Amino acid sequence: MSRNKQLRNLSLSGPYLFWIIGGTLIPLVMMLWYGLTADDGSFTLANVLAIGEPGHAKALGQALLYSAISTVICFLLAFPLAVILRKSKMGVKGFILFVFILPMWMNFLLRTMAWQVLLEKGGVINGVLTWMGLPRMRLINTPGAIIMGMVYDFLPFMIMPLYNVMSKIENSVIEAAKDLGASDWQVLYKVLLPLSVPGIVSGVTMVFVPALTTFVISNMLGGGKIFLIGNVIEHEFTVGDNWHLGAGLSLVMMVFILISMAFIAKFDKNGEGNLI
Amino acid sequence: MSAPIIELEHITKSFGSQMILDDLCLTVHENEFITLLGPSGCGKTTTLRIIGGFEHPDEGRVLFEGKDITELPPNKRNLNTVFQRYALFSHMNIADNIAFGLKVGKKSKAYIDDKIKYALKLVNLEGYEKRRVDSLSGGQQQRIAIARAIVNEPKVLLLDEPLGALDLKLRQDMQYELIRLKNELGITFIYVTHDQEEALTMSDTVVVMNQGYIQQMGTPESIYNEPENAFVADFIGDSNIIPGTMLHDELVQILGVRFPCVDKGFGSNKPVDVVIRPEDVELKEPGTGRLEGEVSHLIFKGLLYEMEVMAGGFEWLVQSTKCFPVGTKVSIDVDPFNIQIMNKPESEDEEAIGVQE
Repeated sequence: MSRNKQLRNLSLSGPYLFWIIGGTLIPLVMMLWYGLTADDGSFTLANVLAIGEPGHAKALGQALLYSAISTVICFLLAFPLAVILRKSKMGVKGFILFVFILPMWMNFLLRTMAWQVLLEKGGVINGVLTWMGLPRMRLINTPGAIIMGMVYDFLPFMIMPLYNVMSKIENSVIEAAKDLGASDWQVLYKVLLPLSVPGIVSGVTMVFVPALTTFVISNMLGGGKIFLIGNVIEHEFTVGDNWHLGAGLSLVMMVFILISMAFIAKFDKNGEGNLI
Repeated sequence: MSAPIIELEHITKSFGSQMILDDLCLTVHENEFITLLGPSGCGKTTTLRIIGGFEHPDEGRVLFEGKDITELPPNKRNLNTVFQRYALFSHMNIADNIAFGLKVGKKSKAYIDDKIKYALKLVNLEGYEKRRVDSLSGGQQQRIAIARAIVNEPKVLLLDEPLGALDLKLRQDMQYELIRLKNELGITFIYVTHDQEEALTMSDTVVVMNQGYIQQMGTPESIYNEPENAFVADFIGDSNIIPGTMLHDELVQILGVRFPCVDKGFGSNKPVDVVIRPEDVELKEPGTGRLEGEVSHLIFKGLLYEMEVMAGGFEWLVQSTKCFPVGTKVSIDVDPFNIQIMNKPESEDEEAIGVQE
């Protein structure tokens, strides 16, 4: 390669290199350094092992449980929708997708705040209940409210990869299954479902990981009473002022993210379920 | 001929404002290899999909062994389809693909294993059970698609341009394969293609379709040798279609010259279309034939030479094993038996329906 060409390649990849180094590599190294050292700078695993403390373990367990539940709910909502979208005509398809994607264009905080207003003690839903003569319900500051918020915020990330993978399934494959005697139900679980696995894995990961690490949703809809692992980490970085512990716990979360990425790599070899 | 197995009665089908099939009637007999042949958009695939149950006719009935199956969904019909683009299940291996219909039908494991072996042997792909779909070539995938269909022992196999995606050599090999398969299985094949050579090679009966109508139905020989209208003559192989006048029985005048023929019953002094196949045009020494002309183009096509001869103001397409260089003066003659007379359609509608003799 000539020197000129090398120079040109470098200048083309320069911005990306800068981005990767500044946005990913340096923070990662800093995280590792903080997470694996004590206050005096000596190496320790204590910050990572702190995940085993009862308070932290409970927060992690709750985060795992709530994000798992919301992932399942997202899947149950998105899969039938993707099946319907697969069959719909172009115009209808565009409209339905638009309606579901629309909230994504709004600020994340704003969306979550909207649920606060809806679920509050004196909020919209309780207002309607009172008006109908029904007793008020305790909606906000419950696990249900947090799961609701997670589903609402992350549902589009389940719909897109499912829709993507399913719209690529050729109609003749479905017809072939019917031709061979399969009922609609059998077509669904013997053909459509297995062929959608790459999209399902992508969707599950893209809902599960952000739900697992969220602290905004649990803060706003949990009223600061329900502590998820995200809240614990946030707390250590801000109020607790213990960056070493926060980084150590973050490293544990990174393990979950890496496991999820390994899953995607295994099931989605052709990138069929990619969101973008 | 054997008993009818599928009867289409007055089938009409449109998509939106576009009429695809108009009052189509067709009877398919047991053990017949019948081919629906026509250009794209002629309604052949729609006809097949109506038989398979993937489309519902607007009007008319589909009978299977005398029973009305018009309302039955595809999974309740005792026939199977081989799709144009194979439509194999890419998430299953070859054995599971073939076993799909049998598993859905709750057959025993031993029966299924037996059938997979038998079907793979039949399509010459023994030992491919554990292979992945995407590791197979197009031709192999099509064989698997056929195997997957026939293990269910359908009485009728529907084939929708199954060789369309294969290259020429493979297509020719597969034609022989399909004939062999049909003979071994002893079932009815309904085959859709736009390739006239495929249709002539394999079929017992060819149904030529255009614009939603059956133009002509018959054995490959009769379709080729006695086309009933200009569309069929033009679509099946090359031909010279020349306007002429039927002077009286067994004598036709084309390009101002009289040619004896063998057709009768067209009346006298009636305008007709005359079909002469390029291989039936004889080129002789100047002055010894009926029509004088000059060779204007010459192409070597391997088996024979193809020439264009300007004679009587018409460009004749001629195929011959003898070579006549461009500029050669020749004289054209045609054997009376090789002249095919057709009624002239009087309107465009009549042309679509196909004028019957």
